[in-house]
Amino acid sequence: MVNKPIITVKNLVKKYGDFTAVNDISFEVYEGEIFGLLGPNGAGKTTTLEIIETLREKTSGEISVDGFSIDKGADDIKKRIGVQLQAAGYYPNLNLSELIVLFSGLYGINKTPMEMLEKVALTEKAKAKYKDLSGGQKQRFSIATTLINDPRIIFLDEPTTGLDPQARRNLWDLIREIRANGTTVVITTHYMDEAEVLCDRVAFIDAGRIIGIDTPDNFIDKLVAGGFERPKQVKLANLEDVFINLTGKEWREE
Amino acid sequence: MTNNQKPYSNTRATLAIAKASFRSILRSPSAVVFSLVFPLIFIVVFANIGGSGVTVDVGVAKTCDTTTIIYKVLKKNQMLNLIKDQSTDEMNKNLSKGSIDAILDIKKHGNGWVIYPPLSALPKSAPMNQPAYTINVQYTKASSKGAILKSALNNILYQMNAMMKEQPQLAEVKETTIQGREYRYIDFILPGMLGFSLLSSGVFGTAFVFLSLRLTLVIKRFFATPVKRYSIVLGEALARIVFALLGALFIIAIGHYAFNFTLIHGFTTVVNMLILSAIGLIIFMGFGFIISGVAKNESSVPPFSNIITLPQFLLSGTFFSTAAFPNWLQHISRVLPLTHLNEAMRKVAFEGASLGDVSHQLLILSAWFVGIYVVAVKTFKWE
Repeated sequence: MVNKPIITVKNLVKKYGDFTAVNDISFEVYEGEIFGLLGPNGAGKTTTLEIIETLREKTSGEISVDGFSIDKGADDIKKRIGVQLQAAGYYPNLNLSELIVLFSGLYGINKTPMEMLEKVALTEKAKAKYKDLSGGQKQRFSIATTLINDPRIIFLDEPTTGLDPQARRNLWDLIREIRANGTTVVITTHYMDEAEVLCDRVAFIDAGRIIGIDTPDNFIDKLVAGGFERPKQVKLANLEDVFINLTGKEWREE
Repeated sequence: MTNNQKPYSNTRATLAIAKASFRSILRSPSAVVFSLVFPLIFIVVFANIGGSGVTVDVGVAKTCDTTTIIYKVLKKNQMLNLIKDQSTDEMNKNLSKGSIDAILDIKKHGNGWVIYPPLSALPKSAPMNQPAYTINVQYTKASSKGAILKSALNNILYQMNAMMKEQPQLAEVKETTIQGREYRYIDFILPGMLGFSLLSSGVFGTAFVFLSLRLTLVIKRFFATPVKRYSIVLGEALARIVFALLGALFIIAIGHYAFNFTLIHGFTTVVNMLILSAIGLIIFMGFGFIISGVAKNESSVPPFSNIITLPQFLLSGTFFSTAAFPNWLQHISRVLPLTHLNEAMRKVAFEGASLGDVSHQLLILSAWFVGIYVVAVKTFKWE
């Protein structure tokens, strides 16, 4: 596969007064990949993401998304991307169908609620309110709203935080499915096992700088080649495997 | 893959927000209580209590001799509010709708100090002497407070009569009662209540909605779609206006059919009242935008909102006429936008005024509109 960049970030800087949240970051995201932004809290992941999503002003630098410059083509970019925000709420007092109708109007695209809810297996919850959904269902619904405009790229900010192991795996399957349909996925996460199984490439961000970009395999191989050894003998399974083995793989609706 | 054949429609996005917002308002209990239940409770309660005015507004005719002793005594009576600054036409008009209770005209005849018994019921004696004064009083069926003036007059004349025993007649009282449209308390309370419900739903509703949409990042999520900012504000405003107008229509209908609220030109009057309602609501929503920008969280919305709504609730002639206030307080109430909305509403509903006739009130309201939205644009926060 030829690596064709769909997002290009060059020398991105974001300052809040004296504080530099993003300090001269450059990277590329290739078309059709699942790209992970990893790093501790406050490293600048969300800020970087929100600048690419046209939700925040940059201080300096250049960004192009699917051929459009963030400075001149913000509206074109908005039409081509799907955004899932960390902890975003939805319009109060509306059920899921009505929210999909609202977003269809906001994007100016004709989609039936059932068609969208089917993609995330929430058709049974069509009349439910967002606040009454379980954590996993909320995240799946959020992803459904990002897919309404058939985006070229979707951005998922910590979509699996707070989910149980089954719900997490269920969401991984959904994300892989979206990618299989040709959509590029940019994701942030605190779970390294998740990044390892899900992402084609990952970038580590710390204190507003990128300190490494590569495939998860290459990162691990390089570390091992450098003589790194885990202090504890690695077992063939971990406790999460035990959890899944004992409680079953199927995701449960609450 | 991408679905961009059709050009993006801002109208469609605005209507999508309006529809969502309208659904949300209908399902929020506080909106329904504020706009419908509260006003109705107030109307039912106050319509049954009725007016308890303690002052009688008496128009003083241009031909009235104000140097006479009778006039001077009447002037000292605190129950009587003698009005001299209205033209004859105005006075007659006001009398017929009951906003003044009587017109007084005292005439002096020569200097003969002849005293007759005061009550006109007494037989006229002493044909050779014309009474020193003729007091012409015009009452109106539109008000029952004329009776207070009647008894006050009788009282004064009786005392004067007692003082000047030897003279048969100081004055004779000639009374006529004109036909007028009855001005019921509902005609006063309903427009006031309508104005106040617009004020509270405009201020509280708008402030709460925009603050919570901002805090729960709903607006931020909207910004990730191609929607324009004005679509969000316009969509929300549209939903609120439609809801408020339906509420106003409901209140007017209940008032009209259950309590005989006067709608002079029927349907036209209702349409004019709805137009005024929309104008008022748009201005009051401006307060809401400002509060949503200034408030840090949802619990600081009620105090800010009360600062705006309570003074207007009390000082804008919602329940009782501002004419009863001391002068300095009247100056404050003359400034408040709700005062002018209420005034315009009452003129339109009871006097059958057109929107052109209330241009003075509309002018003051537009000044408020400009002022509020200048501040709102500066204080409003999107995130």
